[in-house]
Amino acid sequence: MKSRLAPLAIVLALIGAWELAARLDVLAHGLHIEPFLVPAPSDIAASLWSDRGLLADNGWVTLKEVLGGFALSVVAGVGFAIVLHLSPTLRRAVYPLLIASQTIPIVVIAPILVVWLGFGIGPKLAIIALICFFPITVNTLDGLRSVDPDLVKMIRTLDASRRQTLWRVEAPTALPFFFSGAKIAVAVAVIGAVFGEWAGSSSGLGHLIQEASAQLQTARTFAAVAVLSALAILLFALLAAIERRVAWWGPKETST
Amino acid sequence: MRSTSEAPATEPQPVLSLADREAGGSDPTARLEGGSPGAVEVHDLGHSFGELGVIELLELSVSAGEVLGVVGPSGCGKSTLLELVGGLRAPVRGAIEVDGAGAANERLARCSYMPQRDLLLPWLTAIDNAALAPRNRGATRAEARRLAHPLFERFGLAGFERSRPSELSGGMRQRIAFLRTLLAGKPVLLLDEPFASLDAITRAEMQEWLAEALAAESHTAILVTHDVEEALYLSDRVAVLSPRPARLIAELRAPSPRALPRLDAVTSAGFTATRERALAALARGRR
Repeated sequence: MKSRLAPLAIVLALIGAWELAARLDVLAHGLHIEPFLVPAPSDIAASLWSDRGLLADNGWVTLKEVLGGFALSVVAGVGFAIVLHLSPTLRRAVYPLLIASQTIPIVVIAPILVVWLGFGIGPKLAIIALICFFPITVNTLDGLRSVDPDLVKMIRTLDASRRQTLWRVEAPTALPFFFSGAKIAVAVAVIGAVFGEWAGSSSGLGHLIQEASAQLQTARTFAAVAVLSALAILLFALLAAIERRVAWWGPKETST
Repeated sequence: MRSTSEAPATEPQPVLSLADREAGGSDPTARLEGGSPGAVEVHDLGHSFGELGVIELLELSVSAGEVLGVVGPSGCGKSTLLELVGGLRAPVRGAIEVDGAGAANERLARCSYMPQRDLLLPWLTAIDNAALAPRNRGATRAEARRLAHPLFERFGLAGFERSRPSELSGGMRQRIAFLRTLLAGKPVLLLDEPFASLDAITRAEMQEWLAEALAAESHTAILVTHDVEEALYLSDRVAVLSPRPARLIAELRAPSPRALPRLDAVTSAGFTATRERALAALARGRR
């Protein structure tokens, strides 16, 4: 019981401090800005309630983008990992390119993708997948390569083909690693969705944030960010739950 | 060489009780299909890892159905020898033949390898672990389980088919690993320190168990161990290797027929004398 109460108390204390700072205009005076630009948690809560329809509609749009992009990245990431695992030559050739792909600033490539793929869901999926596949590929590949060589020898003397070795020994070994990568990916996926929406869209939480902040509706901006965070936490927790069901033999995860 | 059809005729009173002895392998009809004997010939074998010489001019010959124990100091290349025989590694020089076949993949097809650690896959149940070889050869899961099931009965593992490896004791895990090796249905068993990771009591029980299991099968086996007593008790013949690079320094015939109760075997005068000779050979090799 104590282990649950202590973190909760800390969070409440932080929110309380923020509330106090906003109510007493400490931050606004310190930064020499208008007090209405620094919303109190209670203002954000009020916005969450009054804008619930708006937040839900746009949240749904963003959720669909995130799920679609994430699904693409799982397929691409696992596919890359398997191909690179099976071919060391290809791995040495392509691995640097994979790293290079992560150095492309998303803000730069997002508008180009919009030009190429239009204003629909296409560029959002592409951006999210571009961000997400990397941790999935790297972790899954590490998992495939971390297999105990004695296990491989053992299964070879039991008449396993290369494909069977991959399926029966290497893939199960890599599964917990895949989940580690997927959990990182799903948390950053929402950032990809926001960048994608900023580059050109008429709905989604990113779009809402952009619009609200342009109109100095800071409470609504923060409310949209809160929904975005909640989305990421929820998807992360969902993946962690799936992991516990299907990859229970992995290294024990530290509880969060 | 001891006749392969010779099984313990009477159930001796176990001094170290093995709860499931009555399930032991005295039934010749239970022999696995495909487990026909295979002879192993090792000629002029040499191997090294880079500069490090591991095996030097090794000559070994194992006849069909024979159990050869290989003892030597730790790190003398015993495990490498098994990997070379089993076709898992290519030797630097020399020739190895299993049933007259020399190519690595042909040897791989005739040998099954039981490693030091049980290496059971944690994500599979006990019976699915045991039945890996039939599965790899295309049997459905149900077919593979049907093949493995009678062996669970026979080796005192009945009721544990659906257990996860993590739920089983070290001795049971090793028995399942041995089942898995048997179900590969190959004539030659390569056993690499199969009980090294077990405590002394379990180890003694498992040695007795393995002696009976080997007696009920018509397999050729090469048993690598650093334990002279284990080698003498379980084998027909024991090869003593020198420290790295390994050479053959002595060959001893085991004093007793296999599958006696362990305590009777290891306390007999002949056994003690042979053990001392083996230890003396090991000590000579170190100089």
